[in-house]
Amino acid sequence: MSYSKLRNFHEAQWDEPVIFEESVPGSRSMLIPDVSGAAGPVTGDVNSLLPAGLKRTRKPALPEMAQPQVLRHYLRLSQETIGQDINIDIGLGTCTMKYSPKINEQFVRSPKFAEMHPYQDDSTAQGTLKVIYDFEQIMKEISGLDAVSFQAGGGGQGIYANAAVLKEYFRDRGEENQRTQIITTILSHPLDSAAPATKGFEVISLYPDANGYPSLENLKAVVSEKTAGIFITNPEDTGVFNPIVHQFVEVVHEAGGLCVCDMADYNGLFGLVRAKELGADMCHFNLHKAFSSPHGCMGPGCAAQCVSADLEKYLPRPRVRFDGERYYTDYQGPASVGKIRQFQGSLAAVLRAYAWVMSLGRDGLKTVGETAILNNNYMMKRVLNEVRGISMPWSEEAPNRLEQVRYSFEKLLEDTGVSAEHVNRHMLDFGFQRFFPSHHPLIVPEPYTPEPTESYSKDDIDEYVSALKKISDEAYSTPEVVLTAPHNGPISPLENDSIEHVDQLAVTWRAYQKQNGSH
Amino acid sequence: MMQYPYIPNSNEAVRKEMLDFIGAKSVEELYSFIPDEVRMKKPLNLPEPCTSEISLKKYMDGILKKNSSCEENISFLGAGCYNHYVPAVCDEINGRSEFLTAYSGDTYADHGKLQAFFEFTSMMGELLDMDVVGFPTYDGGQAASTAIMMSRRINGRSTALVPASMNPGLYSQLACYCEGMKLVKIASCPDGQLDLKDLQSKLNDDVACAFIQNPAFLGFFEEQSGEIGKLAHSAGAEYVVYADPSSLGIILPPADYGADIACGEIQPLGIHMSYGAGLGGYLATRQEEKYVMNYPHHLYNIFRNSRGQFGYARALPERTSYFAREKAVEYLGTCVGLWAVTAATYLAVMGPAGMKELGENILYKSNYAEKKLSGLKGIRLPHSASYSFMEFVVNFDGAGKTVSEINKALLSTGIFGGYDLSREMPELGQSMLVCVTEKTELSDIDALADALAKIL
Repeated sequence: MSYSKLRNFHEAQWDEPVIFEESVPGSRSMLIPDVSGAAGPVTGDVNSLLPAGLKRTRKPALPEMAQPQVLRHYLRLSQETIGQDINIDIGLGTCTMKYSPKINEQFVRSPKFAEMHPYQDDSTAQGTLKVIYDFEQIMKEISGLDAVSFQAGGGGQGIYANAAVLKEYFRDRGEENQRTQIITTILSHPLDSAAPATKGFEVISLYPDANGYPSLENLKAVVSEKTAGIFITNPEDTGVFNPIVHQFVEVVHEAGGLCVCDMADYNGLFGLVRAKELGADMCHFNLHKAFSSPHGCMGPGCAAQCVSADLEKYLPRPRVRFDGERYYTDYQGPASVGKIRQFQGSLAAVLRAYAWVMSLGRDGLKTVGETAILNNNYMMKRVLNEVRGISMPWSEEAPNRLEQVRYSFEKLLEDTGVSAEHVNRHMLDFGFQRFFPSHHPLIVPEPYTPEPTESYSKDDIDEYVSALKKISDEAYSTPEVVLTAPHNGPISPLENDSIEHVDQLAVTWRAYQKQNGSH
Repeated sequence: MMQYPYIPNSNEAVRKEMLDFIGAKSVEELYSFIPDEVRMKKPLNLPEPCTSEISLKKYMDGILKKNSSCEENISFLGAGCYNHYVPAVCDEINGRSEFLTAYSGDTYADHGKLQAFFEFTSMMGELLDMDVVGFPTYDGGQAASTAIMMSRRINGRSTALVPASMNPGLYSQLACYCEGMKLVKIASCPDGQLDLKDLQSKLNDDVACAFIQNPAFLGFFEEQSGEIGKLAHSAGAEYVVYADPSSLGIILPPADYGADIACGEIQPLGIHMSYGAGLGGYLATRQEEKYVMNYPHHLYNIFRNSRGQFGYARALPERTSYFAREKAVEYLGTCVGLWAVTAATYLAVMGPAGMKELGENILYKSNYAEKKLSGLKGIRLPHSASYSFMEFVVNFDGAGKTVSEINKALLSTGIFGGYDLSREMPELGQSMLVCVTEKTELSDIDALADALAKIL
C-alpha cells in the first residue's frame, strides 16, 4: 500500500540546555538608564528610599546572558513546538484549531491597541470602546441573546461567569438556598461540572443513552425544585447533536431552572443554530476557538458571555455603552456579580474575533459552519472505511456527526496491543501535533477526537488520514514501531513521566537541583 | 460560490468531489437531522463584510486611529496595569507562529513550549525564593482568589482579612470568587500602613488567611510585613502576599518575610497593557503537600530520560478539573500560556542586574515625582511618611477642584493624569494615584508639575 502524502519528518532537536545552565555571570541583555545623577540630588541616594527591613540583599539567581543568546534560546524552543500555523492541526478536536489570520495580529500589535491603558479617559479610547460595543452587537445577533460581556479570559472562566450570574439571579429571588443543584452531561466539557462546583453548586451528571445523549427520562428523574439550571454542550464533545435539546430546556424551565449553553463546540453551527433557538438563557463562546483568535500555548483566550435581557444587570462591570455619538464606560451595576477578571477582559481576542467576523460576514460565517461539517463528514467516511481497528461509538443509533467525531481505537488495542496513546505519540513522526483523546471520564474506550475545521483543504485531510492508515497498518504488521514512538521528536521517550509523591515534585530548577544536591 | 481566502474547501470543484465521495447531494443534506425547531428562522443580520484584506485593514485601522495611546501622550496611569517597557525580544518570541498558535500539545510535540513553561516557573521561583510555582492563571486577581481559597482548604476556616485600602477592583473579584468566605477589612493608619491593632483585634480561629499587597495598592511598601505574618501565624492563619514582580529586584520576596503563599500579576514582565487585556496571575508556595495538592493549575515537572535528555510532563494531574470534574480543586481552563513564555523571556533578558536597576530606576522616579508635586499649592501627599514605589496618592481637597476636572485639564496638554480614586475610594476625598515607570522621563514629571501648577 502506498501512502502518497506522507512526509519524512523530523522535528527540531536542539538539545537546548535549561536556561540557567547558559548563564555567564556579568552578562547583560538589557540595560536600564541610570537616573541617579539626575534624580539623586532631589531624592537622596537610592538606599535611603527603601525601608531597611525590606531591602533585598541576596540577588535572585536569574540567568545572566547577552541578548543574542537569549533570543536564540527561545527561538530554538519555538522550533521544538508545533503550532497550528505550521502543521495540519486536525487532531485537537473540541479545540477548533483554525487559521488565525495574520492581518489580525497586526491590529493587536499596533501601538494604537497595545499601548492603551484601561483607565484612559473615554474620549481617548473611542476606537477600543467601539470594538467592544460593535462586537457585543455582533455576538447578540450570533447568539440571539440580549447582552454580552467579554470579561472572562477563557472558556472555563466563561462557564464560571455564567454560574456566577445564575447564583446571583437566584440570590436576588431569595431562592439561593433552595436552588443548589446544577445538571450537566458527563460528555460535556469537565468545566461544565467544575466551574459551577467552584461557585458552590452541587453537580449532577447525566450519562448518555444508546443514542449518544441522555434520555429525557433521565433528565426528568433528577430535575426538582432544587434545580438552578442545566449546563449543556450541544453538539457534545463526541460530535453527536442532541435533537431533543428543546425538550430538555423545557423540562428545566418548567422546574424554574435556567438553561446555560456551552458553545465551545460551535464551529459547525454558524448561521444554522443559535443559543436563542435552543432555548438558552445564557451561553458562552470561546473566541479563541470558533472565532479564530490563536490559542497562544493555552491562552490568553476569551469567552463571550451572552445572556438574556433580564440577566443583563448581573453581568460583570464595567459595560460599554453608546449614546448615539460617543462610546463610554459604564461602571454602574448594583446587581452585578462584580468582577470576573480585571478591567474589560481579554480584548486582544475580541479585536481579532471582530476582524474575523468583519472579513466573513453573514455568508462567510455560514460557509465556515458548512465547510466544517463537510470536512468532518468527508474525513469520517475515509477513516471509518480505510483505517483498520477504529470505530465510532453510537454509530448504529446516531450515525450523523457535525463538526467532529469521537472515535475509538479499542479494536486496534485488542488486535495489536497498540493503544490510542501509542498512536497519538506516533502522529508526531509524520509531522502532526498530538491529537485530543477525550475529557475524563473516558466513556469511550481508547478515544480519539479529531476536528477538521474549515481551515484544512481536502489534500490536508487526505495527508492526515494517510498517517492514520500508515500507523494502523504498522500496528498490525510491526507494532513495535508504534509502541516505541515518537522516533522523530525533539527528545527520545521518557521512561518515567509521572510522580507519586509531592516530595518528588520538581516544577522549578531550584527544586530539581535541591533534589539532586546542587542548589 | 465565493472563494474565501481562509476556507480552502470553499472551492466549488473540491466541494463537489468531496460530496460525491460522501454520497451526498449537498452540504445541507449532511445536517438535515437538525430539527427545524432549533434552527434559525432567518439569516444572520450582520454588518456588510470587508472581504478583501485590503479593505479590512483600512476599516480596522480607521477604528484604531480613534485611540490616542500612552505612546502619544504622557501617562501617569497605573492602578493594576502598568506602562512598563517591553523588550523587543519578548515581542519577537511571543509573535512566533509556533508559540502563538500552539495549544495543548505536550511532552514530545511541544517540548520547547514546556521547557519555556518550566523556565518561567523556575525563574519566578528564584525571584520569589519559593520552590513551587504554578502555571499562570487568568490574572493576578484570579491568583489572589485561589490563594485565599487555598488557605481555606488548608485550615477549613472561612474568613480572609484584607486591607481596607486594597485595590477595589481586586476586592470585587475576590468577593465574587471566594464562595462561602467572608472578607473582613483591616483599617489603615494615617500614613497608609496597615493598622496592626485592628488586625490583631480581628484575628481569631476562623481566620483562614491574612492577605496584603506589597507594595500596597496605594503605592507604599507595607513596612510591617514581617510583623503581619507573625500575627497571622500566631492565630493559625496562612499569610498571603500579593507582590509586584517589578519590585522584587530591590525588595525582599514575600517568602523572606514569612509569606506562605505569594501571588500577583505578571503583566509587568514584558506584556503590553492592551487596555487591560495583557494580564496573567502567578501563584507560588513552599513545597509541602498541603499547598501543592491545593493548586488547581498544571504543574509542569522536569524528568530526565536514560539518554540524559530533560523532558517535561504535567505532575499530579488528578487534582485538576480535567480529571476530577466537580470534585477537583476549583477549575482549570485555558489561561495565559503565551504570557508564561513571554515572562520567561523577560526575566532571562533582564537578569538579576536588570531587575535591580529596574527597581532602582522606578524608585528614584516615584520619589522624584513626590518631591516635585509636594511643593504645589493645594496638594497633599497623605502617605508621604511611608516609602513609596512606582505609585503614590495625591490629594486635591485643598485645591477646590475635583480630580475629574484636573484630569480633563491635563488631558488638554497631552497628559493622562493619575487614576481617579474618588469613584471607588471616596473616603480618600479628591485623590489620584500617580504612577511612574522606567518609561517615564524626569522631564515628563516636570511637565506634570508645571501643568498642575497652572491648573491649580
